Parts: sequence; structure tokens; C-alpha cells
Amino acid sequence: MYTWYTYSVYQLGKVAAMSVRHALLALLSEGPKYGLQLRQEFEERTGEVWPLNVGQVYTTLQRLERDGLIASDDGDEPGPQKSFRLTDTGSTELHDWLRTPPDLSSPPRDELVIKVLVATRVPEADVNEVIQAHRRHVVELMQQWTRVKRDAAADDVNLALVVDAELFRLDAAIRWLDAADSRLRRRPAEPDRPGRSGRQPAEPPVDRTAEVAR
Amino acid sequence: MSALELIEVSKVYGHGAGEVQALCAASLRVEPGELVAVMGPSGSGKSTLLTIAGSLERPSHGEVIIDGVALSALSNRQQAALRRRSIGYVFQDFNLLAGLTAAENVSLPLELDGVPARTARVDALSALSRLGLEARADQFPDELSGGERQRVAIARAVVGRRRLVLADEPSGALDSVNGEAVMRLIRQTCQGEVAGVVVTHDAQLASWADRVVFLRDGRVVDQTSPAPGPESLLGANPR
Repeated sequence: MYTWYTYSVYQLGKVAAMSVRHALLALLSEGPKYGLQLRQEFEERTGEVWPLNVGQVYTTLQRLERDGLIASDDGDEPGPQKSFRLTDTGSTELHDWLRTPPDLSSPPRDELVIKVLVATRVPEADVNEVIQAHRRHVVELMQQWTRVKRDAAADDVNLALVVDAELFRLDAAIRWLDAADSRLRRRPAEPDRPGRSGRQPAEPPVDRTAEVAR
Repeated sequence: MSALELIEVSKVYGHGAGEVQALCAASLRVEPGELVAVMGPSGSGKSTLLTIAGSLERPSHGEVIIDGVALSALSNRQQAALRRRSIGYVFQDFNLLAGLTAAENVSLPLELDGVPARTARVDALSALSRLGLEARADQFPDELSGGERQRVAIARAVVGRRRLVLADEPSGALDSVNGEAVMRLIRQTCQGEVAGVVVTHDAQLASWADRVVFLRDGRVVDQTSPAPGPESLLGANPR
């Protein structure tokens, strides 16, 4: 049920990890397939999360053929009965894509970081309590993912890889929360601080937060 | 009846200016079949909580009840007997005795408790076989792989009729896949009448537990709620 295709498509909303284009190239890397078969396999592996417009598969096949990444046996319009295979160019494209680093360089705007930063500025907000609320929530998510892994078949390595990726990502959030917690507890108390915790910076606090948030 | 109950347990080390409050009115209840993880930073009191739960130390205040028996009502000798019979420990470095075979390591706590050697060996082999180690019973620790040593340590913790398994950072310095294997075994062990408590600072290990309790400055500050099923992760609420 939770295949790497499902996961990749699930991730699409966030980072566009995999396009229909590369998904089709991947399916064809297993061997020549008919249009109908491709559509069915694509739907089987993604349908639960991403009900795909049927036309989108055929349009994409058409473009892949035009670009020389796949080839068909005859000159008919792409449709259910037409057989496709991966060309050498298509294979190269697929393998290049596999090795192209995803964009990890610019961190996305991290809501968690922003909330904790803002909590240090809000009078009456206990930043350590805010941190604990997030820590609990992240651990609860990790418990759910761990249960997916626990219930999975022992030989479902793909699923274990997917779950590990989520667990490591969430674990990084926990580590950051722990570090933030510890840093905030260690900072010297300042009597003129308006809230219960946090310190008054020399710069206007709102500006600094907004700057980081951007 | 709960497998383990800590009621308002406090522990103070030293006195006067050097006094350290390691636990402060901490309460925890663990039901049979349940695995609870206790998470907290170093110095939060989690190891103290585990040693008190395992009757290795007495609390300064409060009560510990194991399987309905209040530890305060037991003499030191009776507590030691309870430890040998009902409580299994998994240590960070597994603590296997190098001069004993796997089966002898596992049967040792039973023999110390007066169980005849032959019966103890039968129980030890049964525990080893539950962990897939029946073929390795007569090997010495240095003839076993790291993963096999972990499993022997877990077999020793669950041999006989142990009802409570306590583990302190049970994956030690293992890599994450081997650490996961340890947690998977502990998770499998905690069913029926057997309950478990794992203390760790590692969220990935803690997430194997049914419930995660957060400890901070010797107090239980928070715990996770029962989680919804995995279907909530995909499809229903994609972010």
C-alpha cells in the first residue's frame, strides 16, 4: 500500500520529488509496456493519494516519445494498445535524474523555528512549554511512522527506506528542539524581560524575527 | 493490576548545600503488555527512575508497586528475590559474562534464585529460541556477532517468568538499524503479562513505545496520547 511511488507522489505537494515523466521512465525501465498497462501500474502505485487524470499519462507519453526518451512500435497516436520501451537516451535521462542532487541548499521557511523564535518574544508565553508541545507532537508522529515500519513485511525494504527518511527528518526536529530548549534554559535571566522567559535584545525583536522568517 | 506503579516518587542524593533532587514526585503507571519510553535530557532523572523502578535503589519518598506488591513492605532480601524473579534488565553494553556460554548467561539469574540447573537450562533455551538463537546456545559471547549478543542480553532479561523488562539506553553505541532491531525485540517481548520501560534520549528508539513519557528536572512533565493509525499519515492529511 505504501510504496515508494506513493511516497514520492505524497511528497510532491512539498518538494516535487518525482514527476509523472520520471515515474513513467522508471516503470518502463522494468521492460516494454503497453499504454494501458502503464496507466494501470501508475494508478495502482499512486492512485490512493493522487487520482491522476488519464489523459495526463498519454500526454506525457507523447512528449517523452517526441523527445526521444521512449519509443513505440508503430506510428499510432499514444493510446491503450500501443507498446512503449525506454530508449538509450531515456535510460540516460532516468539515471541522470537519479543522480541529480535535489535542492537542499536553501532551507524552506521552517514554521517550527519561527514559532519558537516568536515564543521567546511573546510576553506570557513560556517558550519551554511551547517547545515541549512541539516535541510531543513530533514524537507522536514518529510513533505512527514506527508503527508503519513495525507492521510492514520484513522484506519490504522500500517501505523501511521511506519510513526511515521520515523518521530521520522528524528526529532532526526533535534534536533541534532539544538544543533550543537547552540553549534557552542556559541564557542569563534579564529582569527587564517582559515575558516569563526570553531576553530583550538590543535590536527591535519583531524586526529580527521577521528577518529570519524571510 | 498494573505491572509497575510509581506513586509520587522523589529521590534526593546528599544533603545540605550538596543536596541534589534527582526525582521530584514522579508518578508513572505501566500496564501489562505495555511498553513505555521515558525521554529526557541527561540529568533529567531518567536513570534514577529506572533504578528505583527496578528496586535497585529505594526512593526518598513515595511508593513503588510491582505486580501489586509495595516495595516498601519488603525487606532487602525479599526485594532481591523479587528482582531475580520478576525483573529483567537490559544494559547499554549488554553485560554478558565472557566465561559463560549464551545459555549459561541466560540461565544464571534463575540459578542464582535457586532454580535447579537442569530446569534453568530448559528455560534459558526456551528464551533463546524465542529470539531465534537456539543454534547459538553453547557459543561464548566472543563467538557471537554484536546482534546475537544483544539478543542474548534480551533473552536473559525475559527468561523465566519475568513480568517487567527495564532497559537503559538499550541500543548503546549501535548504529540505527541494529538499534532498531533491539527495540523491535523489546517491543515483541512486551506483550501478555510482560511490561517494559525503556529510558532513552533517542526519539527514534522511544517511538517504538506505546507511550512516551517526558521527564524534565526529575518531574514527569508530559506524555504522548494514544496515536491514531498509520492511515492518518498518508492521504488523509497530506501536507
